[in-house]
Amino acid sequence: MNTLLESVQTALRLIVSLDPVLLAIVGRSLAVSVTACILACTLGMAAGAWLSVAAFRGKAAVLTLLNTSLALPSVVVGLIVYLLLSHSGPLGFLGWLFSFKAMVLAQTILVLPFVTALVRQAVGDAEADHGEQLRSLGAPASMRGLLLLWDERFALVTIVIAAFGRAISEVGAVMVVGGNIDGYTRVMTTAIALETSKGDLPMAMALGLVLLTVVLALNILGAMVRRWREQRDAGGASILAREAL
Amino acid sequence: MSALFELDGVHVRYGAVHALRDLRLTIGAGERVALVGANGSGKSTLLRVLHGLARPSSGRARCLPTNRQAMLFQHPYMLRTSALNNVALGLWLRGTAWRQARKRAAQALDQVEMGELAGRNARSLSGGQKQRLALARAWAQSPEALLLDEPTASLDPHSKREVENLMQRFSAGQSATMVFASHNLGQVQRLADRVVYLDHGRILADLPVHDFFNGPLPETASLFLKGERIL
Repeated sequence: MNTLLESVQTALRLIVSLDPVLLAIVGRSLAVSVTACILACTLGMAAGAWLSVAAFRGKAAVLTLLNTSLALPSVVVGLIVYLLLSHSGPLGFLGWLFSFKAMVLAQTILVLPFVTALVRQAVGDAEADHGEQLRSLGAPASMRGLLLLWDERFALVTIVIAAFGRAISEVGAVMVVGGNIDGYTRVMTTAIALETSKGDLPMAMALGLVLLTVVLALNILGAMVRRWREQRDAGGASILAREAL
Repeated sequence: MSALFELDGVHVRYGAVHALRDLRLTIGAGERVALVGANGSGKSTLLRVLHGLARPSSGRARCLPTNRQAMLFQHPYMLRTSALNNVALGLWLRGTAWRQARKRAAQALDQVEMGELAGRNARSLSGGQKQRLALARAWAQSPEALLLDEPTASLDPHSKREVENLMQRFSAGQSATMVFASHNLGQVQRLADRVVYLDHGRILADLPVHDFFNGPLPETASLFLKGERIL
């Protein structure tokens, strides 16, 4: 119990004093996950919207594969990216292994199916409900995908936040492809694992607290978006109620 | 009177369900046709075939091109943007430049007396206002034919009257063809000049409106009419 309390106290001291090592690790973590999230969300939204409106042979098989990839363990993704980027791998010539880029690639691959599947669900439901009316207005499939994507933008905010949460909290993939190199590829989750194994619990705890704060902030942001959306809807309803009186 | 829609032996199947069976129907320019029948009789499927949203499983359908007709649904879909943009979108999707589309959309909103609500988020409008907005969206495109799938079914009496008035103005002003599905026999009498009665995907009666309400009818149509009148 004493160790835990001491760790928390030391961790808070590190955070309040803006410890440079701590800040560097947090900054790198955020940079990797934000970049991966931007890439995964851009590709995932396009792919998810397209899968929602496109009709092609084998679509059911593609969706089954997509849903299966949701359960991909991050360490397996790390292993695949490692094999791709290793010197003897097909992408070995890039020289990305144990670098920032390798970690971004691994997290992008990890988060991409997650974003694609959730966007496909959100836009697919909208397409099922309203696609026919958009067709009636003259919208071809690609335009329907874009319009419905835009119309479901509040749901997409929640998906982006969830995707970022998944990216920043994973450890397996970045550990394998980044190598947890001090000052170069060490991020919050890999540092926590390392410091815990070394017995430097205060640093691990400080990083853990920052990580929890980031995830908490994301949840608060998500809740605020939901509340803002509900208030907008309620605003519309109250206008109707006033007009009815 | 030239034919805008011609169906010959049209059959529509959804799996084991036969939505339309061996349908023969011709609708000429300027006609105001009401489709009546019980739920599941095929009214909506017929409208979807006429509008090109459903393909016949067999038979031949020669219909007005989709860009020269418009369709209104029972629950019109509005994007999460202003009423003006929703109307303009319909024009933009048919190739009108966005600025021009917004100008014409504003005129169409005035026609349905919704000019004041142009900037309001379309999702916050009432059912009746949404239906009027959908009419404005259709109207802006100057279609030769307007198809309506129970456009007033979920509206209160006041909104119902407003939408009906607009339908009347639409068909009178543009001399456009109007085909609408309705359970409201009063509305059918007020708006249609021809009634097509459907039962289990088949046309059982296709008569001028006066004859439909006053003349002899097949038994199921007659029973339906009695039931609807009692209700």
